[in-house]
Amino acid sequence: MELSKPSDAARRGAAVVSDITRRERDIAGGVVRVVLMGALVLALLVLVVLIVDVVTGGWSVLSSSLGDLLTGTLGSKPETSGLSQAIRGSFYIAVFVIIVAVPLGVAAAIYLEEYASNGRFARFIDINIRNLAGVPSVVYGILGLTIFVKMLGSITGPDSNGRSVISAGLTLSVLVLPIIIITSAEAIRAVPNGIREAGFGVGATRWEVVRSHVLPYAAPGILTGVVLSVARALGEAAPLILVGATTGFLTTGESYLPSSLQERFTALPIVISTWSGRPGVDWRSSTSAAIVVMLAIVLVANAGAILLRNHYEKKR
Amino acid sequence: MRRKGDNMDADLNIETIGGTRVTTTQQDTMGSSPSSPSAVFSVRDLNVYYGRFLAVRNVDVDIIERKITAFIGPSGCGKTTVLRCFNRMNDLIETARVEGDLQYRGIDLYSANVNATEVRRRIGMVFQKPNPFPKSIYDNLAFGPRLNGVKKKNELDDVVESSLKRAALWDEVKDRLKASAMGLSGGQQQRLCIARCIAVEPDVILMDEPCSALDPIATARIEDLMQEIKKDYTIIIVTHNMQQAARVSDQTAFFTTEVNSVSDLRTGVLVEFDATPKIFSNPSDERTEAYVTGRFG
Repeated sequence: MELSKPSDAARRGAAVVSDITRRERDIAGGVVRVVLMGALVLALLVLVVLIVDVVTGGWSVLSSSLGDLLTGTLGSKPETSGLSQAIRGSFYIAVFVIIVAVPLGVAAAIYLEEYASNGRFARFIDINIRNLAGVPSVVYGILGLTIFVKMLGSITGPDSNGRSVISAGLTLSVLVLPIIIITSAEAIRAVPNGIREAGFGVGATRWEVVRSHVLPYAAPGILTGVVLSVARALGEAAPLILVGATTGFLTTGESYLPSSLQERFTALPIVISTWSGRPGVDWRSSTSAAIVVMLAIVLVANAGAILLRNHYEKKR
Repeated sequence: MRRKGDNMDADLNIETIGGTRVTTTQQDTMGSSPSSPSAVFSVRDLNVYYGRFLAVRNVDVDIIERKITAFIGPSGCGKTTVLRCFNRMNDLIETARVEGDLQYRGIDLYSANVNATEVRRRIGMVFQKPNPFPKSIYDNLAFGPRLNGVKKKNELDDVVESSLKRAALWDEVKDRLKASAMGLSGGQQQRLCIARCIAVEPDVILMDEPCSALDPIATARIEDLMQEIKKDYTIIIVTHNMQQAARVSDQTAFFTTEVNSVSDLRTGVLVEFDATPKIFSNPSDERTEAYVTGRFG
């Protein structure tokens, strides 16, 4: 082998330097980067515009008479109308979802993932639950009207023809049930099988494995589903209209007693859609303020659930 | 009482062997009685299916009390499948089906009145990948005893301490029992899993390639530990590592795969079961010899 001359080496060295320092533009990569970032900016921008719009629109009410807005009742004048009944209705609906739909949905998910055999029937059920999650909410409203308002009216609201917060809560529970089942089943499926085997290996029964290991591990994922469901239930208006939410006046419902669950009701999205149709600047301000109140409530509920989720995640 | 049951069991097995098995090799090595009174498990003609696929066929082994039995063989030969029959872990796989006779201290493990959960309390398992519960070290060990009804804190403390000591882990973790088990190293996690297994005071410990995810130092510690606990426990270990089988075990079963010429599916078969020194120095079957000398697999 011939030894290379020092001058050759120097020339090659210079070539390497020019190669690796050459500025070559990756045009396609740059375009993709800009497009992706643009998508993100656009999405955030829409959200920001929305929030700025409602906050500025409702600012006159929020800054001067927030207390009246929160404590007042439905009325015919914007300056005296308030959201107390709507907040109460939405609160009860959320409570119904949490105490009816969450346990039912989680239980169904546990059965599907841990107990049911993995045959064709299970797959059929799984596909159908996924489809149910995509059914338009108006359809659930019809279901609620038929079952909870008409058929079970004597239980859900003897004095209100079934058009009560019980009917509304049950209807929205049915509406979010598929979401809870799907998210819980996914969280349970994500539990490493080694954990189950370890439990069985020391002689635990299936239920002991599920209770002590699978559910604690799946809890953060399940809570994510709960957050989504409650937020969805708080924001739905269409099924509530069918179930008979009041848009005008609520003569009763001053009391916070459980008996009022059978009386006529209203909820935040209903009030917002009603007020938005009324003429005049004052109604418009009240509507914006009501939207801000609803967003704040959803945010607080979500923040609570996220804190709870982080708590469980840390324990993993 | 147990002895009486075992004798009956032995009679029964000799009959089956006389009737059906010719190729089995354990008669000449395990003495004239294949299930001597010290046999914890006696397996005859075991076939395991996944759905319609025959995964392992015609397995005959006797597991002797307080000895270490190693299952060796190439990947896919059914070692783990057979191991998981011993504590009915295969029940958890829906399609798995077990045929044949698997006696545990004279009881047919697969008879209808046997409770699989109770079986697993007596026949513990250590898995290939360390799988501590994502909980504290203390709770990992206390889970099994709690299932068995140990509730008093001082009793649980005692079980936790003695199990960790037996698994040679106590000195490393005694100051952080409340810390998460996930913070331990891989080797420590595997010893924790062995301790968790010991904590329920099993009769037999099944180990499914317990060192395959560990470095040589951690492996050596687990092997030492096996020698230590074998005084009290019967151990069956599945291993890819022939040196490990040669080092730790008293008897060895060599499995291999046979390819079905029609379906092209691979079925595991037991080639030879004998005392470990014999398997490694003077095997009867040429396939075993090829494997242990490194010419195959």
